[in-house]
Amino acid sequence: DLELEIPVLHEVPPPLGPLYGEKHSAPVVDFSYVGIDAILEQMRRKAMKQGFELNIMVVGQSGLGKSTLMNTLFKSKVSRKSVLATAQEKIPKTIEIKSISHDIEEKGVRMKLTVIDTPGFGDQINNENCWQPIMRFINDQYEVYLQEEINIDRKKRIPDSRVHCCIYFIPPTGHCLRPLDVEFMRRLSKVVNIVPVIAKADTLTLEERDFFKQKIREELRANGIDVYPQKEFDEDEEDRMINEKIREMIPFAVVGSDQEYQVNGRRLLGRKTKWGTIEVENIAHCEFAYLRDLLIRTHMQNIKDITSTIHYEMYRVRRLNENNTGGGNISPLQLNSSSTLELT
Amino acid sequence: PKGDPTVHVFHRRGNRRDKNIRPLNLAGHVGFDSLPDQLVNKSICQGFCFNILCIGETGIGKSTLMDTLFNTNFENFESSHFEPQVKLRAQTYDLQESNVRLRLTVVNTVGFGDQMNKQESYQPVVDYIDRQFESYLQEELKIKRSLHNYHDSRVHACLYFISPSGHSLKSLDLVTMKKLDSKVNIIPVIAKADTISKSELHKFKIKIMSELVSNGVQIYQFPIDDETVAKVNTSMNGHLPFAVVGSTEEVMLGTKMVKARQYPWGIVQVENESHCDFMKLREMLICVNMEDLREQTHTRHYELYRRCKLEEMGFKDTDPECKPVSLQETYEAKRQEFLLELQRREDEMRQMFVQRVKEKEAELKEAERELQSRFEQLKRLHADEKATLEDKKKALEDDQVSFSKRRAAAQLLQGQSLTANGKKDKDRKK
Repeated sequence: DLELEIPVLHEVPPPLGPLYGEKHSAPVVDFSYVGIDAILEQMRRKAMKQGFELNIMVVGQSGLGKSTLMNTLFKSKVSRKSVLATAQEKIPKTIEIKSISHDIEEKGVRMKLTVIDTPGFGDQINNENCWQPIMRFINDQYEVYLQEEINIDRKKRIPDSRVHCCIYFIPPTGHCLRPLDVEFMRRLSKVVNIVPVIAKADTLTLEERDFFKQKIREELRANGIDVYPQKEFDEDEEDRMINEKIREMIPFAVVGSDQEYQVNGRRLLGRKTKWGTIEVENIAHCEFAYLRDLLIRTHMQNIKDITSTIHYEMYRVRRLNENNTGGGNISPLQLNSSSTLELT
Repeated sequence: PKGDPTVHVFHRRGNRRDKNIRPLNLAGHVGFDSLPDQLVNKSICQGFCFNILCIGETGIGKSTLMDTLFNTNFENFESSHFEPQVKLRAQTYDLQESNVRLRLTVVNTVGFGDQMNKQESYQPVVDYIDRQFESYLQEELKIKRSLHNYHDSRVHACLYFISPSGHSLKSLDLVTMKKLDSKVNIIPVIAKADTISKSELHKFKIKIMSELVSNGVQIYQFPIDDETVAKVNTSMNGHLPFAVVGSTEEVMLGTKMVKARQYPWGIVQVENESHCDFMKLREMLICVNMEDLREQTHTRHYELYRRCKLEEMGFKDTDPECKPVSLQETYEAKRQEFLLELQRREDEMRQMFVQRVKEKEAELKEAERELQSRFEQLKRLHADEKATLEDKKKALEDDQVSFSKRRAAAQLLQGQSLTANGKKDKDRKK
């Protein structure tokens, strides 16, 4: 063997950096700084230059305010409301999957946002298997990514169309989840990050809301449905603490609006009714702000990471094992590079 | 509806813009500008990996330079000049500066340039680099893989140490760099630069660069496409190769202790930009371009290796007109082949096993038979002996019986004769 030493981890010799300056009896050396932490800035620069991609899917019966919520989240018309123009237009016979992309930019950070709408979901009389087209779409995106990844000549940056997050709209009945909800979430939580929300929450009083949320959480637990943030993916204690707080609050009760009203001298997004104005971004009124913070301001990168390192990898394992009756982790390529075979 | 023209200004640099995607104005603060921070935070938690390969003759100052660059004392071994072959020594360290944790691997050549015949000197280096690529490729191709946890050992930067002859590159240098330029980011440095005068140095640098160009050696160019660093990188590209001096010893200069080499004629300060290019090297290698070095390694050098390796193994991508023969399908075909082979081996082994069992069984049966016949024989012997003993016993008993009969008869006779004698006496007395 040509190497003298197998790379081995040595514990830190004299640490570097201004925090741990070297001690001298003589006057202190000025240049103890190496510059390793400059890599953070380099990474940030690279990320800004490349831009980001985010793909969000919204699922729920028509009329629950999916488009409005998306527009409220991103403060622009990312989603067009599907209003049936005339009585002649029928409710769609099948579920469509409509994907619309926009380039948005904020403080130099560019993002390609794709909102995937699912009109027709839950609208038919017979909704059995309504989850199928959606599941198929999600798996198709994984397939596209996988195909590009296993190409010999592949793109430098594989375009990411995988669904990072699926927001599921629960109608505000105030009682409990319906079989449709349970069935959908049970199946889809295995392949994508699901964020359930209570839509049009301004029809529930605070007590009704808390009761509903508790019922929903119980039912999710009873059915073994793991929604985002999933317990099993908590990385460390800190993560767990933060995520537990979130898990105690989901599903978020949201209200969406793209209209601004004057409230106490400020212009705020809200819904104006005869009995008052509901302020969308006021956490005393609804939990939109929590949803926005979770999805965008704090956990966006995490959502994407879980999609790529867990959901996608699971799809890949399933797919590559499809014809393999034996299962396991045998890579046929090892057959060629080594001359011995090991039988387990 | 097209967006506001001013919005387009920001999108100009995006080179992956689809025509169907409309830019949109945001009516307020959404908050995804925190994304780069989220990304950076994740990296801080995970830590970074950086791997430097130093190629240079024995004693040229590779280890000292590494120590000086990272302000620390790595474990250093002095090598002999009598190594029969070029070897590579890799050592990994965990360093930390403020909140950034870096796993640094320093790979040094041992015995480079010492052999009489240097024709194969470059080979161990190429092999090492390829091995790291192979290792990553294997992980990437695994079915159950964990790439995000993988300790990346691929070489990100290769510092090639040029001897300060002042004249030109050696043919060993040219040959080696040519072999490596498509596999790794090469940054040539002039070692022990304090032995060259300023004017000689200038001529030397020009000569080196022109030799590299005329031999088609692609060294690493500091990237100039990002406007924040384009200026400094362009200027640094013009200073290559960096003339470096390394030292971990400190000398008192005025009121400060500086890293320097002390000579009777003066003090060469390592961190003085007018004395040598050490600070430029540190700036470029670490402070400005570390991430780009890692990225180039992954997107260019590794992809090239992967492409070549997979083609070599018989995979191919599609022809534009016919159905894609994807890696996937060839993968599956190879898996079938592999499974059949597995099956065949298994059957073979099973047959062998059955055969062995039969043989053993036969052996054991034979032994059993033998044992059985021995047993019969012994039994017979035993029976014979027993019979003989019985006879003897019988004979003895017969003897005993006849003896006791005889004794009884004798006693009787004796008794009779006694009484007869007594009677005789009595008769006499009368």
